[in-house]
Amino acid sequence: MEPIRIETITILPGTAKDGRPEPFDELVIRAGDTISIVGPTGSGKSALINDIEVFARQDTVTGRTVLVNGEAPPELICRDPANKPIAMIAQTSKCLADLRVRQFLAMHCAARGLDAGRTVDETIALANEFTGEAVGEEMRMTGLSGGQTRALMIADALLVSNTPIILLDEIENAGIFKNRVMARLREFDRAVLFVTHDPFVALLSDRRIVMRNGAVVDVLEPGDAEADALGAVAAMDGLLHEIRERLRAGELLTGGL
Amino acid sequence: MRLLIVAGPPSAGKTAVVRQLLRQFAGRYRIAYLKIDVVQAFEDEELEAEFGIPTKKVYSGDLCPDHTGIMVLADALAWAGEEKADLLIVESAGLCLRCTPYTTQSLGIVVLPAVSGTNAPLKMAPMIAFADVAVVTKTDLVSQAEKEVFREAIRRVTPGIDLIETNAIEGTGLRYLFRAVEACPEVADPGAIVLRGTPPLGVCTICAGKKEIGWRHHFGVVRTLEAADELYRGD
Repeated sequence: MEPIRIETITILPGTAKDGRPEPFDELVIRAGDTISIVGPTGSGKSALINDIEVFARQDTVTGRTVLVNGEAPPELICRDPANKPIAMIAQTSKCLADLRVRQFLAMHCAARGLDAGRTVDETIALANEFTGEAVGEEMRMTGLSGGQTRALMIADALLVSNTPIILLDEIENAGIFKNRVMARLREFDRAVLFVTHDPFVALLSDRRIVMRNGAVVDVLEPGDAEADALGAVAAMDGLLHEIRERLRAGELLTGGL
Repeated sequence: MRLLIVAGPPSAGKTAVVRQLLRQFAGRYRIAYLKIDVVQAFEDEELEAEFGIPTKKVYSGDLCPDHTGIMVLADALAWAGEEKADLLIVESAGLCLRCTPYTTQSLGIVVLPAVSGTNAPLKMAPMIAFADVAVVTKTDLVSQAEKEVFREAIRRVTPGIDLIETNAIEGTGLRYLFRAVEACPEVADPGAIVLRGTPPLGVCTICAGKKEIGWRHHFGVVRTLEAADELYRGD
């Protein structure tokens, strides 16, 4: 059967935790979109991406509806793993398999019916663009750092799962190069939603969904209006990265920064 | 009355799935719940307190818990009938992976945690092969790759199974389970219900209480290490 080409994902409003309807008409997500979801803890950020992951039909706690190309999605793409167009990487996602990186990726390729050879090499190379700590094919998955694991999972979502939509739930504390990840996600023309508390990730996204009390209360499209802030936060992020590396190398930061 | 039989290894999230079923159906069906366990269980008290439904539990003690379930199931159906229930949920102990507790005229649900390792479905094959629905829980805790490999392993055991992935605490994705419950036919003839699978071969002398190690001390079904590769030939 011909795979369904996803042009748009449309979110129709549900209700806030207090039962009031959400104040938006519809939210349309297209390929290449980078969207961050911000709001305090408990404001419904993860619930929003869960709605997308399961293609909610007023049957989740939020009462939202998620459409594909403007229609209720066919069961095939909601249920058949080989056709499901969504990869989700949650804060809690871990690699449990005690395998080497190469074996792990080859196992995933086999489940997807892909030729492992080239895909495995490409995936490891892409992961290495995202993290400063080199990921080697002979390393054990369970021995990878948080940053290496996240880098590999994102590369795996892009090249092995190869899904048009990627959901990332609070992956920022993992020591990956956020701007490189963002650039590659755009290049690969994927729709990406980040649940985030990280200012740099929030500012790097094209759109910002603001959540409060279980509802989407605003959708910001800052364009270039935040360019100055983005530049400043990028510099801070770079500085923090540098400090982190110096601390890890055992330096004393006695002379200030 | 509809009969649901929920099985799965320990800590798979069987009760979490049952809770979601109760949340979904409590207003529409009158539900009775039976928990089978070996030495201790609290689920019956918790669910009774939380949902105000009639519950019962049975301890299997020295008997195989899945066999216990089958032993008491006819009585349980009669009890649920007296309680005027139109849905009876039986939850297995989740300790025995060689038996398969599902019967005819029921909906067999196997609950499998995605965190149990990618080969786990192959190890629990008898429990999966006769189920109608596989509910994969804790999918939020594992990598996308392992989730996909886990699904493929279940399909290797039984290609046609209805596969549902969920974070059972949140209840994500369970709409397909609810649909399967609604589509499940009612028990037509309780007297005609039988086990779907063949239970494991008879009884060995270890079952009967002999404690010595090594086949020389036993009789009945005996195997040496070299010949021990096919003690169980389930479906």
